[in-house]
Formats: sequence, structure tokens, C-alpha cells
Amino acid sequence: MRAAARYAVFPYQEDSLTTHPNPHPRPNPRRYAEFVAGARDTIPMMVGAAPFGVIFGTLVTSGPLSLWHGQFMSLAVFAGSAQFIALGLIASHASFAVIWATTLIVNLRHVLYSATLAPYVSHLPLRWRLVLGALLTDEVFAVAWAHFRRHPPGDDVSPWHFLGSGLAMYLNWQLWTAVGLLFGAAFPGLQSLGLDFAMVATFIAIVVPQLVALRYLAAAVTAGALAFFWQGWPYKLGLLGAVLAGVVVGVVLSRPGSPRGASATGQSPCKPPNVQRTAGAGQ
Amino acid sequence: MNYVVLILGMALITWLVRTAVFVLGERLVFPPLVRTALGFVPVTVLTAIIVPMAVSPHGQGAELSWRNPQLVGALAAVVVSALTKRPLLTIAVGLGVFFLWQGVVLR
Repeated sequence: MRAAARYAVFPYQEDSLTTHPNPHPRPNPRRYAEFVAGARDTIPMMVGAAPFGVIFGTLVTSGPLSLWHGQFMSLAVFAGSAQFIALGLIASHASFAVIWATTLIVNLRHVLYSATLAPYVSHLPLRWRLVLGALLTDEVFAVAWAHFRRHPPGDDVSPWHFLGSGLAMYLNWQLWTAVGLLFGAAFPGLQSLGLDFAMVATFIAIVVPQLVALRYLAAAVTAGALAFFWQGWPYKLGLLGAVLAGVVVGVVLSRPGSPRGASATGQSPCKPPNVQRTAGAGQ
Repeated sequence: MNYVVLILGMALITWLVRTAVFVLGERLVFPPLVRTALGFVPVTVLTAIIVPMAVSPHGQGAELSWRNPQLVGALAAVVVSALTKRPLLTIAVGLGVFFLWQGVVLR
């Protein structure tokens, strides 16, 4: 909690130095209360993310990365699914370029989250927006959106709830990553058991509930089948090709004229994107 | 050292993606087609990773048989997830079937 308090002070000091017109009309106790409320609203998400942090940490110990690499990745990247995928790609000797491209693709959904929340942060100083953006995981988006949507966008919407939620999630991810790293280091025999299957099970738990319509199922089946057949491509490029093909299939089936996808492109731009309803690995 | 570069690159990419709209604001507009395409990214990426790991765990051709514990465990996880939509139960059952298959059934 000391770390949380220290970080919380940082953007506050930036504010008091800026000439931005009245960025925070609320009095100080109110900020603290909102910060705590944001953290408290995130507790269910933190519980859900805990097992994924432990699995991530344990998987690190079965690969070529050292323990501090694993913690460093959680500290610097703070994106569960991208971190899991990177471990799998590192183990299969993918090139850095492919790992970075995959990171980009996996995290592109965050663009939808920040587009949804942008009206509520656009009045803040740049420092605030850079910090809040760094903390914007699936879970934090869900909490922040549930909070913001009760208020009209404007200068009087406080970012402290968002910050409390993001920092709570961040510290939680660090804690459970460390637990997993220590667990994996204490039981080095785990890797011979085929623990990487934990990653397969985790991803299945994320994907299957999202296959709510034929177009999603078709996109997933296309990507999965092609990823299998294109395994031999160098640098794991077959993975990217399979993803691209799956997305194209999904988009084609979403066109208004297609039999099943009439509602997909009719999305209003104001409608929030679907949040991945699974904690941790969806970060 | 090399892995530090890799991780820093991942961190930079993730941060740029998350902050781009917050920083650029209204100058960044997404056509509906792009928004639709982005909606298919999570399921396609994750499935593209799962299928080869489950179907050919040793990277040497398909092992479509009941003697492949990864495949059996994955199918169990798919069934549980489709029926319950509960992530932790899915992972627990999937791992349980996998370890049971690997340690008991195939022994």
C-alpha cells in the first residue's frame, strides 16, 4: 500500500504545477475516497486475475527466461495475454519481430477501450493521460467504464477512481506473478509434467465463452486450422497469417448483407466494446 | 540482455497502443470496418495459439488420437467452458483431465 500511495501522489503533483484551468475542482478528501473506491471496485477482478498471475510466473520458470525477467515483464508490459503468448513464442524460438507484432495484434483491442473512455479523460493534463493509459487493462476498463458511464463527460469527472482501480490491478498482478515465480522455482520438476498445458486451458477458458455467434466461431476455426497447417512457416509467421485470415472471415460474415452478421457492423460508435469477461490473462 | 530488449519492446508497443487515443484524441477516428475487425482479434489469436499446441504438442505432425493428453485435456476444457462459461472451473477440469491422462491412463 505504501507504493500505491507514493504513485498516487505523482500525478497529483503534476496537476498542481500545471496551468491547466481547474483540472480538479474536487477537494482532497474526495480524491482519496474516489481512489479507494476505485481500488475496492476492482477487488473481484483482482481475485480473478490471481491464478493467471501465478500460472504466468510458474510458466516463466519452465522456459529460458530467468526469474527477474518474468517479474520485469509483468512490471513493464502489464498485459496478461500478451505476456502468456510471448512465453509460448519464446519457447518455440520465434523471432523478436514476430513476438512484437503479436504483442501489437493482441493488444489492439485496447484501442477500443481507450476510444470509449477518451471523452472522460480528454480534459486531463498529458501526464495523467499517459499514466491512465498505461494502466488500461481489460479489467480496469470494465471498472472505469462502469464508473464513468454514470456521469456525463466533462471537466468535473475525476480520474482518481480510474487511477485507484488501475494501481490496484497493477500491484495485484506484480504480487501474483512473484508468487508464481517462487512457486515454480521451488518445484522445478513442474516443467517435465507439461505445465504449458495450463496455458492451453487458460486460453480455452477465455475463447470459448466469446464464441457467441457463428461469425466468431468461423473466425476462430479458420485461424486455428490455418495456424496448424502453417506451423512450418519461418519465425512463426504462420500464426500471424492465420490470425489475419480468421479476422477476414469474421469481417466478411459481419457484413450487413451476410446471413448471420446483420447486427455486427451496425454497432453505434458510442457503444462500448465487449470486454473480455475473463480476468488476468485478458489483461 | 536480449530478453530485456524483447520485454522493453513489448512494453513500449503495449503502452503506445493503450495511450494513442488518449493522447491523439479526436484526431484518431476508426472506420466501422476497423472496429469490426478488431473485435475478432482476441478469439483468432488465442485459437491460433491453442490449436497447434493441443493437436501437435511435439511439433511433428498431428497427433489426433486418444493417446495425446494435450488434446484430450483441451477437449474436456472446451466442453466445460461451453457448458458453464466459468474460467476457473474450465482450467481446473482441463488441467485435471490432462494430468490424469498423462499420469494414470497412459501409464
